Amino acid sequence: MAFYVVQFLTGLASAASLFLVASGLSIIFGVTRIVNFAHGAFYMIGAYIAFTLTERLSGAFGFWGGIVLAALAVALIGVIVEMVLLRRIYHAPELFQLLATFGLTLMVEDLVVLIWGPDDLVGRRAPGFKGAIDFFGQNIPSYDLFLIVLGPVVLGILWLLFQRTRWGVLVRAATQDRDMVAALGVNQKWLFTSVFAVGVFLAALGGALQIPRDAVHHAMDLRIIVEVFVVVVIGGLGSIVGAFVAAVLVSELNAFGILIFPKISIILVFLVMAVVLIVRPWGLFGKPEAAARKTPGLTVNPWRPLTSNERLMALAALIVAALLPLFAGNYLLTVGSEIAIFVIFAVSLHFLMSVGGLASFGHAAYFGLGAYGIAFLAKMAGLPMIVCLLLGPLLGCMGAAVFGFFAVQLSGVYFAMLTLAFAQIVWSIAFQWVNVTGGDNGILGLWPSSWAASPSRFYWLALGVAALVTVALRAMVFSPFGYALRATRDSGLRSEAIGIDAKRIQWTAFVIAGTTAGIGGALFAYLKGSVFPDNLGISLSVDALVMVLLGGVETVSGAVIGAIVYKALNIWLVSQTDLSKLVLGGFIMLIVVVFPKGIVGMLEMLAQRRKKASPPGSPLLAKPIESAE
Amino acid sequence: MRAGNYFVGAAFALLAGGMAHSAVAQDIKIGEINSYSLLPAFTEPYRKGWQLAVEEINGAGGINGKKLVVVSKDDGGKPADAQTAANELVSSEGVAMLAGTFLSNIGLAVSDFANQKKVFFLAAEPLTDAITWSKGNKYTFRLRPSNYMQAAMLVEAASKLPAKRWATIAPNYEYGQSAVAVFKKLMSEKRPDIQWVDEQWPPQGKIDAGPVVQAVAAANPEAILNVTFGADLVKLVREGNTRGLFKGREVVSFLTGEPEYLDPLKDETPEGWIVTGYPWYSIKTPEHDAFLKAYQAKYNDYPRLGSIVGYQTIKSAAAILAKAGSTDPEKLIAAAEGLTTGSPFGEITFRKIDHQSTLGAFVGKTALKDGKGVMVDSSYKKGADYLPSDAEVEKLRPKD
Repeated sequence: MAFYVVQFLTGLASAASLFLVASGLSIIFGVTRIVNFAHGAFYMIGAYIAFTLTERLSGAFGFWGGIVLAALAVALIGVIVEMVLLRRIYHAPELFQLLATFGLTLMVEDLVVLIWGPDDLVGRRAPGFKGAIDFFGQNIPSYDLFLIVLGPVVLGILWLLFQRTRWGVLVRAATQDRDMVAALGVNQKWLFTSVFAVGVFLAALGGALQIPRDAVHHAMDLRIIVEVFVVVVIGGLGSIVGAFVAAVLVSELNAFGILIFPKISIILVFLVMAVVLIVRPWGLFGKPEAAARKTPGLTVNPWRPLTSNERLMALAALIVAALLPLFAGNYLLTVGSEIAIFVIFAVSLHFLMSVGGLASFGHAAYFGLGAYGIAFLAKMAGLPMIVCLLLGPLLGCMGAAVFGFFAVQLSGVYFAMLTLAFAQIVWSIAFQWVNVTGGDNGILGLWPSSWAASPSRFYWLALGVAALVTVALRAMVFSPFGYALRATRDSGLRSEAIGIDAKRIQWTAFVIAGTTAGIGGALFAYLKGSVFPDNLGISLSVDALVMVLLGGVETVSGAVIGAIVYKALNIWLVSQTDLSKLVLGGFIMLIVVVFPKGIVGMLEMLAQRRKKASPPGSPLLAKPIESAE
Repeated sequence: MRAGNYFVGAAFALLAGGMAHSAVAQDIKIGEINSYSLLPAFTEPYRKGWQLAVEEINGAGGINGKKLVVVSKDDGGKPADAQTAANELVSSEGVAMLAGTFLSNIGLAVSDFANQKKVFFLAAEPLTDAITWSKGNKYTFRLRPSNYMQAAMLVEAASKLPAKRWATIAPNYEYGQSAVAVFKKLMSEKRPDIQWVDEQWPPQGKIDAGPVVQAVAAANPEAILNVTFGADLVKLVREGNTRGLFKGREVVSFLTGEPEYLDPLKDETPEGWIVTGYPWYSIKTPEHDAFLKAYQAKYNDYPRLGSIVGYQTIKSAAAILAKAGSTDPEKLIAAAEGLTTGSPFGEITFRKIDHQSTLGAFVGKTALKDGKGVMVDSSYKKGADYLPSDAEVEKLRPKD
């Protein structure tokens, strides 16, 4: 019995660390609607700075003072980031801020290694909480008890802050309806900055408090960020109490789950999230989102098919691309094939995100399923390449049909997180089912048949498929189905009123996007000759998001340019420098500030402006460039 | 560069082929790939190690009079990116061979690439048994002692312990799974009386150490096998120390004696664990002394195991290239099979039968000295003594 009590308390201690970080994320999202990918980075910087301070400052005061100072210092960094970077892009399309914080995260990962060196750092233990307390023969670390108390205390302070202060009232009001708060004359700028500072402070405090139990290292951010998101979503976005309950739920299920299924940790949080979201679409304590007032951005510049001139230009670009094998070597051709494949992947997500208004955080699942489809067909059934290429993407299609059915019942970030949960479940199956999938050692030896084996022929194959897919999806955008899908995106109520079955339309779009991604994955398996669980992983899903956002989410085919720019730059930087993340992150942040509508979105806006014969948009363009320098 | 497949622009291909050829004529290039950005704690010393080797080789006149150049690429910890890098090295840089890699899945991806493109590949670090056995191929060799070999070394010491109730803690991925599987198999062969009472599989890099330690303690084992390393190991050790998990229990642990993983533990280093590792401070052989002196003179820092791996990878590669007298992959394979060469740990041989080198490892016990973790009572275990019989290897490895 004593054991179960202690295991429960241990779970509570884990929950407390998780809650600190999650509460910060929840507050930031609730008010600013920023999907703060950099939250893990702030957590990590908090730990690093706290390590340095607690090593320098001596004594108990030095330790605890160091922890608090570190959190304050990081909060200050957060304020600077908010004022310099995020403030410029609040009016950008939804999720664009994700791109900015993603760039920041990349930079921080390289920066901490540059500043603190590559070794894992182990800080000192907390003065006064070094040992353990005996509980009927079981040991409970006293630091765990400290954390168990700290969690509810922080929850209480936050509750008081939100219920009993004017600032808290404003924050709650903004969480409910920020436009209305702005209309009532509240200075949103400072409200957002202060909320961001509080959120970052909590993240950094969470990181700093890990010093006595963890090692400080440069991958801490990734370890926590996804889990924290999941906790926030399970609890219900913007609900602090929800985040607390979710943290306890997840931690306790893990603590007791490993007694029965020791391998459960790897997937547990995602299973819980999938179940919770299917049963309660807005999380445990969340409320249905108020019908969003759409930014007029989408209607100002209505989509239209390409004019015949533009079609000729696109065709010319395709012909130029097809001539690449005349002068490029094997390496460039293989890189070209990879880029073409990522164009397919990116346009498939773009179709779902831009046309359907459904941002998926787990799109790699269907890409990877397509790749595994090839692996099963080619290795187990021994089918020839052409048959595999036709049938392989069907696995992506089937996956999308099953998961899509559940996912389209939700919307917004809940939709995104449910797709993430499904992707992680598929990933963990590929990772765990060693007998069938080979686990993380993957399936090897999937090389193309001789008719497509040479780099130039494979390049033409990939390029041809990419062109076909892009044209087909574009045609679909301007088909009746495309109009119906855009109607569900722009106004659920009105589209329903004219008799559009929104869920069915969205489900169909999900399946189309999933199948297309599967085609990309199928080609990818042949390009690399192997399949790994990585092909379904979070980082690939994030890559796809970045490509779409970089290209411009409000455009018809911006993802094509986004994919080419991001992938080419990524491959080139990784090959040229060890600090590729630093440079790439910096570049992304620059793009975000200079092109807040994405690359293609900005070009379109400039073209539009020129057409109206107004002076070329120099004031708008010049200012951000200046300040970005 | 194989230019045969172009059916358009044969002239370009000829030109490019000619250019690649002239570059090879002056220098010998080795293409090196590792997870520099993902695992800097290992790869920084590793890079220093191979840079020292390059300096020594060129200082002694290069390879058969030609200068050795190592072109190094980062794979970011992703198999797909490692293949992009391998392709660049082979197609654009015209390297004579590929070398490096850390993670098992990346090692396997590059080895499959090497097999497909018929390029020689010397895997440095990947520990998976698959790379030389179940998924082994003609073009791939491996330097470090495999999972099986390290398990066999630990089993030799562990089987002498009186403990009968064993629990295991290992990261939940291929490395952890196969380390536990091999250890259990070899251990149960030697000690049929052993019971396996609990196993814990925390996700790699994400251990929730408190509950794991509690769960293991609840099974009340007499001995524990640990396979976690890096930040997971730190958390496990700290929780285990506070909760008294290791008190009165024997612990056998993979890799923990390597400075990369032992040094961060500082004064929390648990004492008396039986570990594999690299006690650079207590190895007194002329070969190691020479290496240590050169390394410390160049970097003013002590070597980690990564330094040895990096150094020996390039040294071995150079020996293979020198013996082959050519960069033709078939000749390199012929030269490498059965090649015996020096190393800081003494002579090693690349076995013809499975392309595994006989580089060994040190087994010893952890101890605390001046607030730092060290390995004591360590002895070098030759790799050749911990491999299964040739007949068994024949069965494990597919025919070329």
